[in-house]
Amino acid sequence: MPTYASSPAFRGGDLVGTLRLLAYLAISVALLVLDHRGGWLSQARTKADVIVQPLWTVAGLPGRAVRSLHDSAGTRTQLVAENERLRNELVVTQARLTRLQAAAVENNRLRGLLGAVERGGLDVQLAPILSIDLDPTRQRLVLDAGSNDGVRQGQVVLDAGGLVGQVIEVTPGHSIALLLTDPDHAVPVASARSGVRLVVYGTGDSGRLTATNIPLSADVQVGDALVTSGLGERFPAGFVVGEIVALQPDDSRAFLVGDVRPAAQLDRGRDVLLLRAAPARPAATETVP
Amino acid sequence: MSRAHRAWVLPASLLLAIVLGLLPLPQVLQPLRPYWLALVLAYWVLEAPEHAGLGLAFIAGLLADLAFGSQLGEQALRLVVMTFILQRFRARLRFFPVWQQSLAIGALLLNDRVIGMAVHLALGVQPLPWSYWFAPLLGMVLWGPVYVALDTMRMGAWRKR
Repeated sequence: MPTYASSPAFRGGDLVGTLRLLAYLAISVALLVLDHRGGWLSQARTKADVIVQPLWTVAGLPGRAVRSLHDSAGTRTQLVAENERLRNELVVTQARLTRLQAAAVENNRLRGLLGAVERGGLDVQLAPILSIDLDPTRQRLVLDAGSNDGVRQGQVVLDAGGLVGQVIEVTPGHSIALLLTDPDHAVPVASARSGVRLVVYGTGDSGRLTATNIPLSADVQVGDALVTSGLGERFPAGFVVGEIVALQPDDSRAFLVGDVRPAAQLDRGRDVLLLRAAPARPAATETVP
Repeated sequence: MSRAHRAWVLPASLLLAIVLGLLPLPQVLQPLRPYWLALVLAYWVLEAPEHAGLGLAFIAGLLADLAFGSQLGEQALRLVVMTFILQRFRARLRFFPVWQQSLAIGALLLNDRVIGMAVHLALGVQPLPWSYWFAPLLGMVLWGPVYVALDTMRMGAWRKR
């Protein structure tokens, strides 16, 4: 076949190229499977993240510049308006806080009567969000604080609205938080109204969580606020997770599936709070803010 | 001297491509984010095949996986496949006019999306929403500017010799 004839050297090169392709593909697939399973590769990956830290820092610079520009270039009227708004918010929040403090004192007294272990105050740390976009299939945030700032793996991430997620990777300068909305994320919750315990999973869609396998007989309604139940010991009890916005029967018709709207603002905000100490130790003098 | 310059432009452009991929975009524009790393790598595979091959594609992909937080090996696999196809058709692609090259790059980026979706489905990870399939179009449009920019960077570095 004259059309098929090419020099033997060229065909040899072809073969070597194909073999190299297959070798690289095999390594890639092996890495994919190992990384997907978790285990030692994930830990090695956390170590390797140190390499890409400078890239994150560089990519985060524009976001930081925009922020500082916004802060410094705000006109006087804008600043006055913002100041006024913040002052009003402070008044409202403080009024609420006073009421809560009264409730907390009463709560402590009642707990004392019951002889139960008291809950301590919140010890939190403010961490700025580095504004860079990670892989859109995974719901992650990069925080501009790492082990040098005392961030630890497994720390609970909060914002003003409620639970945001948890820290899953820590490098010296940065850390990565897994958001509630990641499909890999689950959090044990309880209905604030009826105390029914559920598990809320992420959907991969920011702005929607899902609570599956709700028994038909369970006292769960649309509009119920869900708070962490403290089961599983990763998330301390009592943080707002979200609100049930819809309930429908699942495929088996034996259980309900609830759509949950997260309470935290999970799109790119400015700062988040990292829970430093799990409020489990008895602290009589501290007040719950 | 020229060698040192060339050695400097290649990794710098790849790192820049990764950083461009990380830059924050408004939520609406995020699906349109072009795959900068693939564009830059395609340039080097076409223009400097003695420096850019499967090995470089694999390493750049791994680095991008670490930086973007995607599954380790996903982008490595996608870029290795793209590089292999480019190497096979390099002799023909190099002499295409830029608009024809753009079409070929668009097809490669589309193929890359398909591979990405296949990987996600195989691992049971949620695939990307449909709006992300428009990104190859933008990548196609950007091939010309990227090509010219990298060419001037490389040639400029050469002339400094």
